[in-house]
Amino acid sequence: MGKLKTQSLQKRHSDLANTNKQLEILSNGIFANGELPTFKNKISETSQFPLKAKALEILQINVGYMCNQVCEHCHVDAGPDRKEIMTKETMQQILDVLKTTGAHTLDLTGGAPEMNPNFRWFVEEASKIGVKDFIVRSNLTIIRANKKYYDLPEFFKKHNIHVVSSMPHWTRGKTDKQRGEGVFDMSIKALQELNAVGYGMPESDLKLDLVYNPSGAFLPGDQMAMEKDFKKALLEDFGIQFHNLFAITNLPISRFLDYLIASENYEDYMYSLVEAYNPAAVENVMCTNTLSVSWDGYLFDCDFNQMLELPVNSKAKHISEYNAELLEGRNIVISQHCYGCTAGAGSSCQGIVA
Amino acid sequence: MSKTYYDPADLRKFGKITEWSEELGNKFFEYYGKVFEEGALTSREKSLIALAVAHTEQCPYCIDAYTKDGLQRGVTKEEMMEAIHVGAAIKSGATLVHGVQMMNKVNKLDG
Repeated sequence: MGKLKTQSLQKRHSDLANTNKQLEILSNGIFANGELPTFKNKISETSQFPLKAKALEILQINVGYMCNQVCEHCHVDAGPDRKEIMTKETMQQILDVLKTTGAHTLDLTGGAPEMNPNFRWFVEEASKIGVKDFIVRSNLTIIRANKKYYDLPEFFKKHNIHVVSSMPHWTRGKTDKQRGEGVFDMSIKALQELNAVGYGMPESDLKLDLVYNPSGAFLPGDQMAMEKDFKKALLEDFGIQFHNLFAITNLPISRFLDYLIASENYEDYMYSLVEAYNPAAVENVMCTNTLSVSWDGYLFDCDFNQMLELPVNSKAKHISEYNAELLEGRNIVISQHCYGCTAGAGSSCQGIVA
Repeated sequence: MSKTYYDPADLRKFGKITEWSEELGNKFFEYYGKVFEEGALTSREKSLIALAVAHTEQCPYCIDAYTKDGLQRGVTKEEMMEAIHVGAAIKSGATLVHGVQMMNKVNKLDG
């Protein structure tokens, strides 16, 4: 892979590495002067405030912020310089909780989750417990990054992992612009290797889904139409097959917020999100059935709140304190970034929601 | 406020034209929405046609809107530029085909 696209905000010592600064930006300006309604006011119009957590369905675990890539728009501010890595002890606490919950989905993310030294142990132990849908969010290039990762497709297959991978576009230029030089070619190779062991094939139970998120300051188009275009191009150009495409909206936080401000697109982007607000998407927004666990075991309503350091509004704040009764019915913590999940057909880690 | 005829922020106010003529405005937006729905042509194809026409009409609002719309639909910059060339070719062709009229006139007056 070529040179990294950028550096993490932390490494750049950017003001935005401070989450309070990000939250301040999201609350000031056009939202403070009344030009645009705050998210709280918007959902109050349709009596959807406060958003309440339902029963837990998806347990999403961020096993660390370390990544072999430094994508331009990463909401995690991940990169090779990030040293936050989940310990085996925290993983064990999660396994203990997993045994007791009715969650049907376990969703591992990062960073590049495979870079956690205890990743394989965790996958093996979690798969013994058995969840209906066991997702690993793989950036694809990690499979080709080092010899020690070459067998990941076989490892995923052995544990019937549902692989979900990012792919911003079916063309090299747009993909490399967002994710770094050489990422496209490596991702294509990795997808071909996943196909070779049976992932993504039409009749295969080995699920391979792709995540599309826009490469710039615009919202994703229709998920079905995009999926059709992706499938046609990847099959014709590279013989690659996959199951579903999830269209995900970029939320205005972390490196994407930095990009929006630097490119003078912030206000227009927020207008686009607010104009595309869809109350039907609020009904199924992912924070109401998900818990996000950070590398150090703390609980959040979603991965975005985790990155903004907005903890759950509950007495149970850490995985070691997990208590379904305390967490169900909690008020979801919101700010203006939440408009990202309610625009158009909505957006979640599983794609559209409305 | 800058003294220019066009303000990019005005595009957001397009919907306000209904305020001074509600029935006609609503009918226009209903028609407009219907036109861009998936039909015999895909929405993606319609977006590229709109982008080409936006250029031949030299409407800055439409150019902004359909460039963004194209990006949202995964349209590449190469596809966008080709679409604009189609518009440009028709515009220049429309100019040049009138050259026949000039030739006819010359032949009649001075043939």
